[in-house]
Order: sequence, then C-alpha cells, then structure tokens
Amino acid sequence: MKSRVAITLFIAAMIFTGGYAALFVAPDEATMHQIQRIFYFHVPVWTAMTTALSIAFASCIGWLVTRKTWFDSLAAASSEVGVMCCTAGLITGMLWGKPVWGIWWTWDARLTSTFVLWLLYVSYLLLRELLDDPYKRATLSAVFGIFAFLDLPIVLFSTTLWRTQHPQPVLFGGPNSINRTMLDVFFLCMIAIVAVMILILIDRFRLEQLRLEAEELRVEIESRVAEPAPMGVGQGIPLKGQL
Amino acid sequence: MASVAAPPAAAEPGLGVRFDRVERRFGALIALRTVSLEILPGEFVALLGHNGAGKTTLLRITAQLMRPSRGNVVYTASGRSSSAQELPFAAVKARTGLVGHSLLLYDELTATENLTLFAKLYALDRVPHRVTIALEACGLATRATSLVRTFSRGMRQRLSIARALLPSPKLLLLDEPAAGLDRQGLAWLGSTLESLRREGCTVLMSTHARNESLDLATRAISLAGGRVEQDSGPGGDPRPLLAALRAEA
Amino acid sequence: MNFLRSTFTLFAKEVRLEFRTRDLLTATVVFCLIILVFFSFAFDPTPAESRRYGPGLLWIAFFFAASLMVSPSFAREQINDTLDALRMAPVPAFSVLAAKMLANLLFLLVAETILVPVFSVFYNVSLAGIICRLIFVLVLGSLGLVIAGTVFSAISAHARMRELLLPVLLLPFLTPMLIAAVSTTISLFSASAELDRTWVTFLAGFDIVFLTASWLLSEFLAEG
Repeated sequence: MKSRVAITLFIAAMIFTGGYAALFVAPDEATMHQIQRIFYFHVPVWTAMTTALSIAFASCIGWLVTRKTWFDSLAAASSEVGVMCCTAGLITGMLWGKPVWGIWWTWDARLTSTFVLWLLYVSYLLLRELLDDPYKRATLSAVFGIFAFLDLPIVLFSTTLWRTQHPQPVLFGGPNSINRTMLDVFFLCMIAIVAVMILILIDRFRLEQLRLEAEELRVEIESRVAEPAPMGVGQGIPLKGQL
Repeated sequence: MASVAAPPAAAEPGLGVRFDRVERRFGALIALRTVSLEILPGEFVALLGHNGAGKTTLLRITAQLMRPSRGNVVYTASGRSSSAQELPFAAVKARTGLVGHSLLLYDELTATENLTLFAKLYALDRVPHRVTIALEACGLATRATSLVRTFSRGMRQRLSIARALLPSPKLLLLDEPAAGLDRQGLAWLGSTLESLRREGCTVLMSTHARNESLDLATRAISLAGGRVEQDSGPGGDPRPLLAALRAEA
Repeated sequence: MNFLRSTFTLFAKEVRLEFRTRDLLTATVVFCLIILVFFSFAFDPTPAESRRYGPGLLWIAFFFAASLMVSPSFAREQINDTLDALRMAPVPAFSVLAAKMLANLLFLLVAETILVPVFSVFYNVSLAGIICRLIFVLVLGSLGLVIAGTVFSAISAHARMRELLLPVLLLPFLTPMLIAAVSTTISLFSASAELDRTWVTFLAGFDIVFLTASWLLSEFLAEG
C-alpha cells in the first residue's frame, strides 16, 4: 500500500508540474496563441488511448490462448480506459476546433476515423454488458475485440483516402515549428498523462477482479440457500475420486 | 419397435475416458472441482446427482463442448490384444454420440432431413438406407416426412436418441435421456442401450430419476457440488448407490 | 469429413431452412423498398443527384438488409441447441461458419437483385453498360457485409437485445467497407463509368483479411 501511495503522489506531482508547465512555462505559439496549449493534453491523450487499446488487443489474445481470467478483466479495464481517453481526446479536440476553425466539428479523415473508433469500442463495451455468462462474455468479446483492433488501421486508411479525394473545408494543422521548451513540456505531459492512464487502468482492473469475486460469492450464497438436504448415503461404499 | 441391428464389434476397440484433475471454473464460479476419474472401455456408468451437481458440465466436457479450465480429458482405446492408447478427440468425435438436455434437431426440417443431414456430416455410407433403418427402429417411420415441429415430446426425444445413434457410437453420452419418453419409448431405449453395451459401447448416462435403463449400469458415480461424492468403481457394485437414488425418487 | 463437402451439406441445410419459411426474405425486401421510398424525400431525385447520392442510399439499404438477414443465422441454432450437434460432428469448425456466410451471401444477393432494378427505375439511373461491373462490386461489398454480419451474429446470439446489438456492432466496424463500396459505386454511376481500382482492391483486401480472421477465430465463436 505504501508504495502505491508513493507512486500515486509521484504521478500526481508529475501531472501538476506538467499542467503548470503547459499553461505557464511553454512559450506562446505563433498562430494559435493560448488555445494551442490544449495540445499538451490533447496529443498525449491519444498516446494514452493507443496504449490502452493495444493492451486490450493483447489481453483478448491472451484470454483466448491461455484462458486465464485476469486477461479478460484486463481486456475490459483497458477498453474502458481507452474509450475514456478517446472521449477526452474528442472533446478537447472540439474545444480546440471551435476558436480555431469557428466550427465544433468537421468530417475530415482524422476526426471521422476517431469517431468511428470511439463507436467501435463503445459497442465492445455494450457487447460485454449484454453478455451474461462470464465464460461466453470473455470469449465472445475477445473475438470482437480482435476484429475491432484489426479494423483500426483499415478505418484510418479508408477515411483518409475518402477525404483526400474531396477538397477540405479546413486544414487540420499540427504544431508548426517545435521550439525546444515546447518539446520538453510536451514530453513531460506525455509521460504524465500516460502514467495517469496506467494508474486508472490498474484501479479499473482491480475493480473488475473484485466484481468477479462479489459475483462468485453471491452465487455461492444463493446456491447454499437453495441446497436441499443431502441424499441418503449407501453403506460401506469406499469413497473414490479426488476432492 | 426393434432394437438397433448390431454389427459385429469384436474388431472395434472400445473407448474409454480419463479425467485428470479436471476443473471448470471462471474465477471463483466453480461448476466442476478437481474431478479425477477413469472410465474404462465398455463400462456403463450412471451419473447421479441433483441439478447443479455438475453432471451436465461433466458430460459437456467429455463431448468437448466445453473446455476444462484446468486438467485434461484423455480418450483411450483398447482392443483385445493391444494395450490402451491415447487418442485425440478429433479421432474420437466420429464415434461419439450425445443425447443432450436439448433436442439437437432442427424443428423446421423433417425427421428424414434431420437424420440425413447428420448422417452426411458423419460421412456415413448408404445414407438413405441407414436413415430408413434408424426411423424404423425408433418407430417414427410413418412420420418420416413430417416436420419435427409437429412431433410430440416423446417422439422428439426418440428422434434425438436415434440421431445420436446414427454413427454407431463407441462412446455414448446421455443427459437425462428418459425425459419425455413414454413406456414404449423407455422400452426401446432400454433394449437399444442393452445391445450397445453388448457391442462394447461405453455409456455415460446422467439421470436424477429412476428409469429402467439404470439396471444396465455397471458403475454408479454420484456428484455433488461439482465433486465426485461416491463411486462404486470399475469392478464394484453400483446397486447400493442406485438403490439410494430410487429411494429418493 | 472434408471441408468442401461439409460446407456444402451445411449450406444446403441453411438454404432449405430459409426457403421453407421464406418470411425473412420477403420482409427484408419490403423493408428495403420502404427505405428506398423514404430516401426520395431526403433529396430531389433528379438523375444527377441520384448518381451522386444514390449509391450511399443503396448501400445503407443493403446494410440494413444484411443486418436483418444474418441475425437469425445463429439465433436459429439456439432453439434446440443444434449448434452443439454441429460442433460434435466431425466437421471443421470453420465449415459451419462458412456455410452460413455463403447462405447469407446468397440471400443478400437475391435481395439486391430485386432492389437494384427498382432503384434504377425509381431514381432514373441507367444501368446500361455497367451491369457486369456493378455485379462485381455488389458481390465484393456483400461479401464484406456478410462476413462481418455472420461473425457478429454468432457473437450477439448469446447476448441480450441481440437484434439491436447486431447493427450497433456492425456499423462502426463496416464503415471502411461501406465507404469503399459507396465510392466504387459512385465512380461506376458517374459519367466516366469507370471502376476505381484502389477502392476495389481495398474491398477485396477487406474481405480477405476478415475472412482469414474468421477462419482463425472460428473455434472460439462456437464455444460455450
């Protein structure tokens, strides 16, 4: 426990430093000025999301190959955290977009594919929610999870191809020239946010494990309440079979 | 109704099943706790226990419809001269029959179509001939071209059993096969199981109520809470355990 | 039993089951015709507009047709647990899946054969000279719809609210394939009437990738 508190405090310190640096230390960007600072949060959140979803993909495969329950819990936890990061990314993107482009949303390649990605993983979570039997839930959502992850590069490629065939209403600009301080602040924020994501992931994973335990205990209690009196035992039958 | 015509079985090796510390669980939801059993070829095992004791799970694991979370299920074959050898389930599949809790038949197909489908999937020869014989044996020849949807409970159960018997199985798994059968159906089941036993078929039958086929049992195993509670053993006498069952029912 | 023979036997069973009741095919076609009517309110169906927006409409209609049609393929196996019987039979696991995919493809193509001429008539889009290439695109696109649809039908068959869940799972996943199919169809309907190589290759690639993934994962889909 003590080490956990220490690590949490350290990561908290990192994120506060990162936030402070992003707001006050990093220099003003030439074209977008203050609004650009959202970039120190927005881009790292995508990295965190990619990390979370890659962990989810690996966990799905892990479950199908080894059948160890913790892989399934990890798949659930990391997908949920991934969706959370994706939501954060989409919202901060919109917050950036409004002052810069004057509109909340545009159907350009990156935004469209991110939104599809969000929908894909939300449907994964919905699937898990609607499957009752734990074994089936683990196996079937793992299969869907694998399909979903394989679809990601395909979605990105197709939407890019689609959108480049038509003139863009707005250009999606990234940072133009990266000055040294900006880069440093950026990496600090990147590490801090990914660390926060991992912290949340671990907590969510443990929550999933606890949820499983609670369900098991509930089933155990219910089966004990329902159990009828034991049947009459024959005389002198040697007990065979291991317990 | 006649019992199934039995081809000479001397050349065919019997099939046995060995459970090595088999467990079926998801986290702490346990359906089957460390079961270790050896079922020898040719045994007729009555699997006893209340609902939820793990009988269906054990049968489904034997049929490879479920994977054990831990442990192995090993299939053994033995002829008269050769010693037991282990077989992968793929080799055993074609000689395994299952009569499950559900019908395992298509309601919207006729009796003939159902049996023909499975006969083809099991790569049997002379499919129409076998299907006709099977239908005659279970007394459904007159309803061969009717949809299964129109059958009574007893007729459906009989057809379900006939389906399992199509590939002349060497390992037969039955989950409460007597459910829904009338007296004639029960008599047919009994005589069929008897001829199968004579041929050296290994039978694993789960039941929680009395039925005449239990008289054929050479061994009784009772399960409770996912564990083997009592086992009369391969050479032992199953009757006391079966008698205990009868008293309850 | 060998793969081709078992797939064919199972395919015959699927077709027989479907055509015995025939409700699904009829209902789906009627539903799609309704969609076609409604879309005429969304934009002014002049020939030029129809060529631009028509393909999108068509593929939306096909998507709904596919979701409706694949839904029962595994749900039907749950009635008497017939899937267990199929799994116990000595046939390859992928056989069961492939047979259903082929059957669903057949039904979808039948629906499309009815819908495309109707669309052509109602929206004044001439199909002269492009029929062969259109069929080619329809087959590639429908294959994508059916591969994903059948696999997700196997998955959602075990879930609650499966009729609603299936399109929810399918649509985000199929977005790239639908984009490709619509783009190809637009370029076919356009004045130059050419088949866009990039998109066609993309469609074929999509089909191959996910057919392979289905093959590799087919064992897990049936488990219980």
